[in-house]
Amino acid sequence: MIKLSNITKSFGAQQVINGLSLEIPDKKTVVIIGRSGCGKSVLLKHMIGLLKPDAGSIFIKDRDIAKLNSKELDEARRHFGMLFQGAALFDSLTVAENVGFALERFTKKSPVEIRNIVKEKLALVGLENVEEKKPAELSGGMKKRVGLARAIAMDPEIILYDEPTTGLDPIMSDTINELIVSLQQKLKITSVVVTHDMKSAYHIGDKIAMMYDGKIIEEGTPAEIQNTNNATVRQFISGSSKGPIQVLG
Amino acid sequence: MVFLAEAGKFTGLFGQILLWTFKKPSEGKNIFEQMVLIGNKSLGVVTITSLSTGMILALQTGTAIERKISGAANMLGGIVSLALTRELAPVLIGLVMAGKIGSAIAAEIGTMNVTEQVDALKTMATNPVKYLGVPRFISAIFMLPLLTIYADLLGTLGGLFISLNIFDGTTTGYFDSLNMYMRLDDVFKGLFKTIFFGAIIAVVGCQKGFETEGGAEGVGKSTTSSVVISSMLILVTDYILTAFLW
Repeated sequence: MIKLSNITKSFGAQQVINGLSLEIPDKKTVVIIGRSGCGKSVLLKHMIGLLKPDAGSIFIKDRDIAKLNSKELDEARRHFGMLFQGAALFDSLTVAENVGFALERFTKKSPVEIRNIVKEKLALVGLENVEEKKPAELSGGMKKRVGLARAIAMDPEIILYDEPTTGLDPIMSDTINELIVSLQQKLKITSVVVTHDMKSAYHIGDKIAMMYDGKIIEEGTPAEIQNTNNATVRQFISGSSKGPIQVLG
Repeated sequence: MVFLAEAGKFTGLFGQILLWTFKKPSEGKNIFEQMVLIGNKSLGVVTITSLSTGMILALQTGTAIERKISGAANMLGGIVSLALTRELAPVLIGLVMAGKIGSAIAAEIGTMNVTEQVDALKTMATNPVKYLGVPRFISAIFMLPLLTIYADLLGTLGGLFISLNIFDGTTTGYFDSLNMYMRLDDVFKGLFKTIFFGAIIAVVGCQKGFETEGGAEGVGKSTTSSVVISSMLILVTDYILTAFLW
């Protein structure tokens, strides 16, 4: 279980997270929704130790990620996979080198074994014969899928997805959603997905949590969120410009 | 204050690079790739720089000496090789490489930073200083002296070309003069300076890359400041080292 308790985080005078608490059960997919710029990605980066909270704790497997030293953090990160918003593939490496990156650095597997695992992970995300391509030669959807293959290469227990469907066409978005669901079913992993794409949230989430004003203001199953009485959540999920959420500018 | 803060950042990164150099896993493949990039792929620019510098130096000094003393060609070997090995080749190669390699390092790492590739490295338990900084640092401090040896040779040959074709000198006369005026430690001291220049280029380029923010505009600013800062540091360091070495 991932347990976030009373997290606060400011950048200069701007408070992005303000006493946020959330529990993410094992082997479930939790989707964090909220407006662009509300701090969802910042929250995700706290879970993998890329950012440290000003206050609060982030317990993952009974260890507070925020209090680990760099060596312990690197050790903890080997249990994670992360899909970045822009895939964040290494430009100078081929697809195979990207997917096999951690395997090559942290395991004693032979090049042949690594090649086979890379092929298997790429097949899991529906890609083949792309091993020798460079990221610049791939479409946006393919990059996300390669990013996903890289995220699962080390068989992580937790995968963090940062806006997995942003910038993709509706068909590719659905393909990525299907992939997230099927990976969840096949690999039995804990997934945390940050998105503002409600179609995606309903499709993949076992639980949805809405972030607003630096806090989680509502959480529940997709059905509970769809039927909520919370006016802020209702405005967000219906995509209305009128309601308690003020649209500035 | 800004100067001290910048100096502190560069020193901090330098310390981290030294620390990570000796930690596993080895970055051998990465270092080799960077050596090719810094060394092999810079041969063209170093060839043009050193050859033209040697030729210009011979032409200018030869013409000036000929005004007062006939038979200038016999002195050109010593003048050209001394000036090149002690000063011109190390500094010019340092400055040219600050522009070519320092900017490339800042731009590449800066782009990786703003596209979350540096974060991706961290999430895969890979320290960015180790993976990106160490190979560039090691390659720069090894390749700059090698490129300077190449520049010393080529510049000297450029001087010989001018001596033979403009001042009617002889090959023997040129190299006799070189032997008479130049000592081997002139070459070594010049090469010693380039180790520092390589370190400056790598550390400044990496630091500017790692602190890049704000997209394409930020990458542009980092690249420019990397070239400006490393060029200034090379010139200042050159004076300090020259004062100590000779």
